[in-house]
Amino acid sequence: MLEILDLHASVNETPILKGVDLTVKEGELHAIMGPNGSGKSTLSKIIAGHPSFRVTKGSVKYEVNFKMKDLLALSPDERAREGIFLAFQYPVEVPGVSNFEFLRAAFNAAAAHQGGEEMDVMEFNDFVHEKLRSIGIDEEFLSRQLNVEFSGGEKKRNEILQMAVLSPRLAILDETDSGLDVDSLREVAAGINKLRSPQNAMILITHYQRILNYIVPDKVHILSGGKIIRSGDYELAKEVEEKGYEHII
Amino acid sequence: MLNAEKQKFSGKGYEFGFVTPVEMDLFPKGLNEDIVRRLSEVKGEPEFLVAFRLKALRFWQGLSEPHWANVHHPAINYQDIRYHAEIKKKPTRLEDVDEEVLRTFERLGVPLSEQKRLTGVAVDAVFDSVSVGTTHQEELSKLGVVFCGINEAVKKHPELVKKYLGMVVPYKDNFFAALNSAVFSDGSFVYVPKGVHCPLDLSTYFRINASEVGQFERTLIIADEGAKVNYLEGCTAPMRDENQLHAAVVELIALKDAEINYSTVQNWYSGDKEGKGGVYNFVTKRGYCLGENSKISWTQVETGSAITWKYPSVILKGDNSRGEFYSVALTNKRMQADTGTKMIHLGNNTSSRIVSKGISADESCNSYRGLVKISPQAENARNYTVCDSMLVGSKAKANTYPYMEIRNKSATVEHEATTSKISDEELFYFQSRGIGEEQAISLLLNGFCKEVFNKLPLEFSVEAVKLLEMKLEDSVG
Repeated sequence: MLEILDLHASVNETPILKGVDLTVKEGELHAIMGPNGSGKSTLSKIIAGHPSFRVTKGSVKYEVNFKMKDLLALSPDERAREGIFLAFQYPVEVPGVSNFEFLRAAFNAAAAHQGGEEMDVMEFNDFVHEKLRSIGIDEEFLSRQLNVEFSGGEKKRNEILQMAVLSPRLAILDETDSGLDVDSLREVAAGINKLRSPQNAMILITHYQRILNYIVPDKVHILSGGKIIRSGDYELAKEVEEKGYEHII
Repeated sequence: MLNAEKQKFSGKGYEFGFVTPVEMDLFPKGLNEDIVRRLSEVKGEPEFLVAFRLKALRFWQGLSEPHWANVHHPAINYQDIRYHAEIKKKPTRLEDVDEEVLRTFERLGVPLSEQKRLTGVAVDAVFDSVSVGTTHQEELSKLGVVFCGINEAVKKHPELVKKYLGMVVPYKDNFFAALNSAVFSDGSFVYVPKGVHCPLDLSTYFRINASEVGQFERTLIIADEGAKVNYLEGCTAPMRDENQLHAAVVELIALKDAEINYSTVQNWYSGDKEGKGGVYNFVTKRGYCLGENSKISWTQVETGSAITWKYPSVILKGDNSRGEFYSVALTNKRMQADTGTKMIHLGNNTSSRIVSKGISADESCNSYRGLVKISPQAENARNYTVCDSMLVGSKAKANTYPYMEIRNKSATVEHEATTSKISDEELFYFQSRGIGEEQAISLLLNGFCKEVFNKLPLEFSVEAVKLLEMKLEDSVG
C-alpha cells in the first residue's frame, strides 16, 4: 500500500531524513520508534503533505485504484481523499468551526471524491453518533468548537473520532500517546484497536514503548539520525523498553 | 425567507454591474437653493419640508468635508454631481412600472410583479432617486403598518414625517447628514402601530443606475409602543469608471417596549483592482431607543463600496433599553472602510453589545471605530464589545479605534479585541482531512463571522457567506 524508497527531506534547508526505506502492506500496523529529533514527525508530515517539508531525494508511492502512484505529486487534501489520515501530535484549535460541521465537511469531501453519497445533516448525525458509540466518545464533543478548550487527552480522542468517521486506508498516528495519563491512553488505544482491519494499515509513531502494551504492532522500526537503523517485531519494542535507545543506537 | 435573494449573490465577479437603458429626467449638475427648491417642487412637498431642506442646505454650505476617518480619496466636487434622477415614465401603480426597471429588479433577485414577488417579505424598490414600487402594501395596511417610499409618506402621513424626521439625525449632525437633509430623494418609510408585530420582513432594495448622479436616500422607521419589525436592506450599483456618491441617512425610533432589527447586506460596486471607480458610501445611521425596554439591533454585512464611512449607532434613552451592533466588514482590492458604531447610554440599566468582525485582503484598509459613552445619569449601564480583525495576505491593513467615555461608576464595560490570520497550520489541518483550500477558507471565514451571520435571517446569512467567498476567491491562494 505504501512504499518509501531512499527518502531524503529537509525543513528550512536542514536535512532531517537521510534515506528512509519503508514498505507497509494492507492489514499491517507498524510502530516507528525513536528518540527526540530522529525525524519521526517529519516522516509523518511528509506522507500527509505538509508544505514546510521538502523532499530532496527518493520516492513515496501509494496504491490508488490498485496502482502504485507517486504520492508526492498529490496535494494534502487529495491524499486525504485517497484515504491517508494523519492524527496530529498537536491538533490545531479552530475557533468558530464546530466539530460536527468539520467532520461532515471532511466526510463529504471524501465521499464525493470516491463517488459515494454525500450526507445531509440528519443522515450524518445518525452516522456520527454510531461512530461515537463505537469508540466511547461523549456526544457533547460534536457541538464544541474544533479542539478549542479541549484538554490534551480530549484532543487526541478527537483525532481518533475523525479517523473513525473517515475510515482511512492508511492512518499515521503521530505521538498520539504523548501527554496522556494512563486512563486516556487506554481509551485512545482501545479506539485505535477498534479501527484496525485487514483492509487498512497504520503507522504508529511513538517515543515510548508504553502504548505498545495496548496495541500490538506487526512490525517495529527504530528511526535515528534520519534513517531506520533497525527493524523487527514486537520483541524490538521490548528491547527498547528494557535497555533504552542508547543501547540500540 | 428571502428565497430569491439566492440568485442575487451567486455567481462570480460583480454581476450587478450592468446598466439599465431607461429614459431619465435628470437635474443639471450642481447644488444651490434653486436646485433644492426645484427638487421640492417636483415632489410637491409641503412647506415644512421645503424649509427643512433649505435650513440644511445653508448649514451644509458653511461646512467642510470631514477628514478624520482613516480613508483617503481625491476631493469630491459637489457641484459636479446631479442631485436628482427620475424615470421619465412615472408609474402611479406597481403594475405600470417601466418594463426595463422591472426586469432590472428581477435580475437583482427582487421581483416586484404580483406573480413573482417574494413570500414573507415586502419590498420597496428604489431606483436612483425614486421609489418605483412597494409590494404587499395592502396586506400591511390591514394591520395599520405603513410601508412606502418616503415621498409618498410625506403626502399621506405628513404628521408622522414632521414629528420624527430629523429627530435622531438632525441636519446639523455632520457634513453628509446636512447634505442628505437638503437633497434627500427617496427611501423607505415604515410605521408600525402600537402592539403590532409586523408579520412580514420589510425590505428595501437600493439600486444606483444613472451616471454622475448621487444617491441620497432617507429612511425613517418608527416602531410604536410594543411594536416589532425586522427590516432588511440590499444595495448594488453598475460598474462605472467614475466614482458615485451615496450619502444616506437612516433614522430608527423605538418607543416603549418596541423592537427594531435592521439588517444590511451592502454590495455596492467597489472599483477595480487598481482602485478605479466604485461607490463612495458615506452613511449616517442611528437608532433612538426612546421608550423603556425598547431594543434596536443593527446587523450589517459590508462587502462593497470603494469607501465606506458608516457608524450605525444607538442612543439608549429609555430605561432598560438595549442596543446591538453586529458587523462583518470585508475589504479587498483597494477598498477602504472606516466603520463601527456608537452606543450612547443615557437611561438606567441600559445595555449594549458590539460584535465587529473585519476581514481585510489584498491592499485594502479596514478600520473599526467605535464609541461607548456612559453618561453620568445612566445607572448600571453595561456594554460588551468584541472586535476581531482577520488579515488575508500581507499587504492588507486592519485598524481598531475603540473610544470609551465612562462617566458613571456603576457601569460595566468589557472590551475584547483580536487580530488573526488564516494560518498555514489551520489550512493544513483542514486539507489533511480532505477539505480543499477553498472550502477550508470558507469554513474558517464562516466560523470567524458566525456570531454576526447568526443574527441575519436564514437565507440572507447563507448568501452572505457566498458573497464573502466570492469576494475572497481572487485574494487567497
